Amino acid sequence: MGEIQVETENKKYEPKIAAFLCNWCSYAGADLAGVGRIQYPATIRTIRVPCSGRINPLYVLKAMANGADGVLVSGCHPGDCHYISGNYVARRKFALIKSLLNHVGLEEDRISFSWVSAAEGGRFAEVVKGVTERVSTLGPNNGIFKVVDGGAADE
Amino acid sequence: MSQNKIGSVLIVGAGIAGIQAALDLAESGYLVHLVEESSAIGGTMPMLDKTFPTNDCSMCILSPKLVECGRHLNVRTYTNSQVVKTEGEAGNFKVTIKQKARYIDLEKCTGCGACAEACPVKVDDEFNQGLGKRKAAFKQYSQAFPNAYGIDEKNCLYQTRGKAKGKDICLKCVKACQAGAIDHQMEDKEFEVEVGSMILNPGFKIFDASRLDYYGYGKIKSVITSLEFERLLSASGPFDGHLVRPFDQKEPQKIAWIQCVGSRNAKINNNYCSGVCCMYAIKEAVIAKEHSHIPVDTTIFYMDMRTPGKDFEKYYNNAKNNQGVNFIRSRVYEVTEAKDDSGDACIRYSTEDGKICEDQFDLVVLSVGLEPGDSSKELAKMLDLKVNKFGFAELEPLSGVNTSRAGVFAAGAFSGPRDIPETVMQASAAAGAASALLSDERGTLVSEKEYPPELDVVGDVIRTGVFICHCGVNIGGVVDVPSVVEYAKTLPTVAYATDKIYACSQDAQASIKALISEQKLNRIVVSSCSPRTHEPLFQETLKEAGLNAHLFDMANIRDQCSWVHMHEPEKATEKAKDLTKLAIVRASMQQPVQPIFMSMNHTALVIGGGVAGMTSAVSLADQGYEVHLVEKDNALGGVARRFSTGFRGEDMKAFVAGLIDQVSNHPNIKLHVGVGIKDVGGFLGNFTTTLENGEQLAHGVALLTIGGQEYKPKEYLYGQDDRVMTQIEMDEALYNHDPKVDNAKNFVFIQCVGSRSDENPYCSRTCCTKSVKLALKVKKKNPGANVFVLYRDMRTYGYYEEDYEEARRIGIIFVRYSENAKPVVSKEADTLVVTVTDHVLDRPIEIESDVVCLAAAIKAPADGKKLSKWFKIPLNAEGFFLEAHMKLRPVDFSTDGVFMAGIAHSPKNMEEVVAQAKAAAGRAGVALSQDQVESAGLNAFVNKRKCTACGTCEAVCSAKAVTVDMVNRVAVVNDALCKGCGACASSCRCGAISLRGCTNEQIVEMLNSL
Repeated sequence: MGEIQVETENKKYEPKIAAFLCNWCSYAGADLAGVGRIQYPATIRTIRVPCSGRINPLYVLKAMANGADGVLVSGCHPGDCHYISGNYVARRKFALIKSLLNHVGLEEDRISFSWVSAAEGGRFAEVVKGVTERVSTLGPNNGIFKVVDGGAADE
Repeated sequence: MSQNKIGSVLIVGAGIAGIQAALDLAESGYLVHLVEESSAIGGTMPMLDKTFPTNDCSMCILSPKLVECGRHLNVRTYTNSQVVKTEGEAGNFKVTIKQKARYIDLEKCTGCGACAEACPVKVDDEFNQGLGKRKAAFKQYSQAFPNAYGIDEKNCLYQTRGKAKGKDICLKCVKACQAGAIDHQMEDKEFEVEVGSMILNPGFKIFDASRLDYYGYGKIKSVITSLEFERLLSASGPFDGHLVRPFDQKEPQKIAWIQCVGSRNAKINNNYCSGVCCMYAIKEAVIAKEHSHIPVDTTIFYMDMRTPGKDFEKYYNNAKNNQGVNFIRSRVYEVTEAKDDSGDACIRYSTEDGKICEDQFDLVVLSVGLEPGDSSKELAKMLDLKVNKFGFAELEPLSGVNTSRAGVFAAGAFSGPRDIPETVMQASAAAGAASALLSDERGTLVSEKEYPPELDVVGDVIRTGVFICHCGVNIGGVVDVPSVVEYAKTLPTVAYATDKIYACSQDAQASIKALISEQKLNRIVVSSCSPRTHEPLFQETLKEAGLNAHLFDMANIRDQCSWVHMHEPEKATEKAKDLTKLAIVRASMQQPVQPIFMSMNHTALVIGGGVAGMTSAVSLADQGYEVHLVEKDNALGGVARRFSTGFRGEDMKAFVAGLIDQVSNHPNIKLHVGVGIKDVGGFLGNFTTTLENGEQLAHGVALLTIGGQEYKPKEYLYGQDDRVMTQIEMDEALYNHDPKVDNAKNFVFIQCVGSRSDENPYCSRTCCTKSVKLALKVKKKNPGANVFVLYRDMRTYGYYEEDYEEARRIGIIFVRYSENAKPVVSKEADTLVVTVTDHVLDRPIEIESDVVCLAAAIKAPADGKKLSKWFKIPLNAEGFFLEAHMKLRPVDFSTDGVFMAGIAHSPKNMEEVVAQAKAAAGRAGVALSQDQVESAGLNAFVNKRKCTACGTCEAVCSAKAVTVDMVNRVAVVNDALCKGCGACASSCRCGAISLRGCTNEQIVEMLNSL
């Protein structure tokens, strides 16, 4: 299992967020943010995928189980998908993941879904800021499986 | 024209234009002879630190092209060379090239630099603008191609003192060279090449600022040129990117830029605008602030801020409003040395209202203009080309690239000052024109690249090689690169890890190749910039080393790390480590993937039948390809039908009629006029477009040239009084002798109507020149007329500056208004009154006008959104097409096989539209010349044993690539149709279908390692 950064007295808690970016829109948008030197928190760990439709709900759970504090899935705007409808596939799955997360006792705010186009560097930075804020508010992820008798999380 | 054509092209000058033209031609089946005067290709771009308006690192974006050009089998590069003689005619030229002795054998030199280390002679380094020293044995810059040293015979001790007398003086380099590459007896040689066409792009030289003694250049140490400033900023510059004054190494806290040094100056016969200096000065000011660890105060002294290019105005506004760069509209009288022994310089200037001021600066940067180089002038003379009065080559009207000689084309600053995208566009346009001339001979002289047989690595122990790039200071300035290297060494499968100053340079490629065989590496990871720009470069290196191109991954620790966490070096380093780890995990689990080849339909579809579309269509048809030209209007010609004359006095009606005639009669062009498009499907090589009439067109590439629209003003009584008209309407009224304009005495032109506003935050580029042209027309027709032009900045860039000057000379009155106090048009009884606050008088003035001409903005096309959805192409915030790269891919979309030209890309004048249209046709021609389309093969694949034939994959696949074979009860992927999105893989319930390069196992393992 990966390590979790836990809030200490001196150090502000900094979440680690797995970010699935589609190659054609969001990854390009993230590059554009870089070219424009638009600063955003160093919280995301990017996994480049061809399309947001490639994201299996399993990945979100895996990420959570492995110590990520949050997951960001970002694809093309509705109608703009390079593969015609992959982002709709992703959106359908995303709705399911949210309810599943609630079911296993994880705050649904830990996962975010966004549309960022190749021309939206500024928006990408805003998305990361927003996700980071939401996850920071929730604090460290204690893992998927909670021990029922009130003990520590199973990390 | 010669009957006996030759399928090769001579390119003179190996800057970005020469490199782009060479690659375009070599890729489309022509042999290229690339002649470069200096010892390395690259031109001016390697000297620049960053490029506007994206702040991309200049070297980083150029480097892949340098490498690609350098290693292209069909580009023969001759450095230290120049053309000395040409004979023949279009289609068949004989060219004599003289190559000066380099004294170092390119075949043997390894670029190790031992000779330079041993060489005792130090001279001023031209590449660093004389700010640093180099040896007599030298390489221009570290990423140079050829990656080899050369000996400067004018300064070498042996060459100057020993050789003639037969004495063995010095020769330290010979002793130092382990490769035995140094040959001091090498002689200049002359040889002949036969080519069918020539492309000339010898570039420019910068204005010699010491010619204007009032700026103090050469006398005051703290006065430097803008190019020197670029070298100060550059990580590979004389001070390793530390922003210091060259003479005392003090960090400047207050820097000034003086614009128009050597430009817009009639006294020295340079009354043209160099077009690039406003933007580079803003860029330098912004980068200086970003670069320095102490606050830097930056001020730009200017006459008019000229930022008319795509996204330039936003860049200017950002500098002014967010970055705190000061802009002072002024006239600079002189620069003197400060009297306080600080080494500073004082600028004495007058502001717009006539106030005289003086201010002291640590450093004064002169924004020097562009002039034709000496070799450009010689070249033009030798080829007997028409040149203009400034010495730049004169192009044929509305041709974009044609010189006065058939078969000889020009690109870049050879024909006038130009920025990088315009230069690249012209280069592709020239390549397209040469290709059209020689299309019968395509493929006759080229050879095909052969790769070593692919090593079989399946089942081998994984040995990953990791290369972490500093990217000069772009990454290394933020991320602790050595610690990332050390970290990588601790990770599973990593057999070797090291850092590179520039991982994309030629020598880094050679070193990666060597390490693959030495260290028996079978997976490669590069942590550097974006795979979107650099992955193909590294994959090519893998192939050359005998590794499958997919045994590779990149971590983007620049665009998505060091550049966006500039103030958090520790966190950025942690992130860089994590991203590198993820890439290592993915690469280590990667298996070889074989490419898939599909057929190429050699037909082009051009959408939009205006000047851009028709020009592209003719160029492609001349290149030998079938073209479908679709125009939804009932007539061809687009908005150009409404223009009477072009910016250089061309008869637009005749020009448009000529184009219509050409497209109507060309055997390769099929017209579809009066019909729109219903739907588009497919991809590079195999598109199908359905027209509204049901007709289906199959094509391999698409060119989108749908133009733009004129802004309908809501202001200045437009639409309420017919004496208020737009520029196009006024042009028409003049052409039709409308009494409204023919009898008018008082004319007022109002600039920036709907441009440079909150709604349209860009400059429409053409309107300043257009208004000046119209103003000149009415003033010349009726010298008694009172003509006023109300403007914010006069943006008559390039040679149009002459028109602006003439307009002022013959009495046209220019009144500047500010953004916050726009003119007011009102009606008193039946009189139109324009009220404007004059900046010099500082009081409102009223002008009774008979005609008010509004410079209405050029807006993005209405159909852009539709095309964006059909072709999966992005638009920018204003609705114009967004190109794959603003600098180096100005006509390509990121979607393969789709190209753009004309107003739909951004506002531009007719000459520029033509050049871009030819460029798009040139780029499309490169794609069409391929026999087949190669796709990476990163497709879905099925594990038959797990598949239950449930059909979910088939249902979810939008490419209709997956079907369930009901006999064998298993899903089958059609590789030709699969686009590799992976929706099937993420939907499969039993994990039977996965995606090459992005398998479930890879992603899960990456997540496990988070």
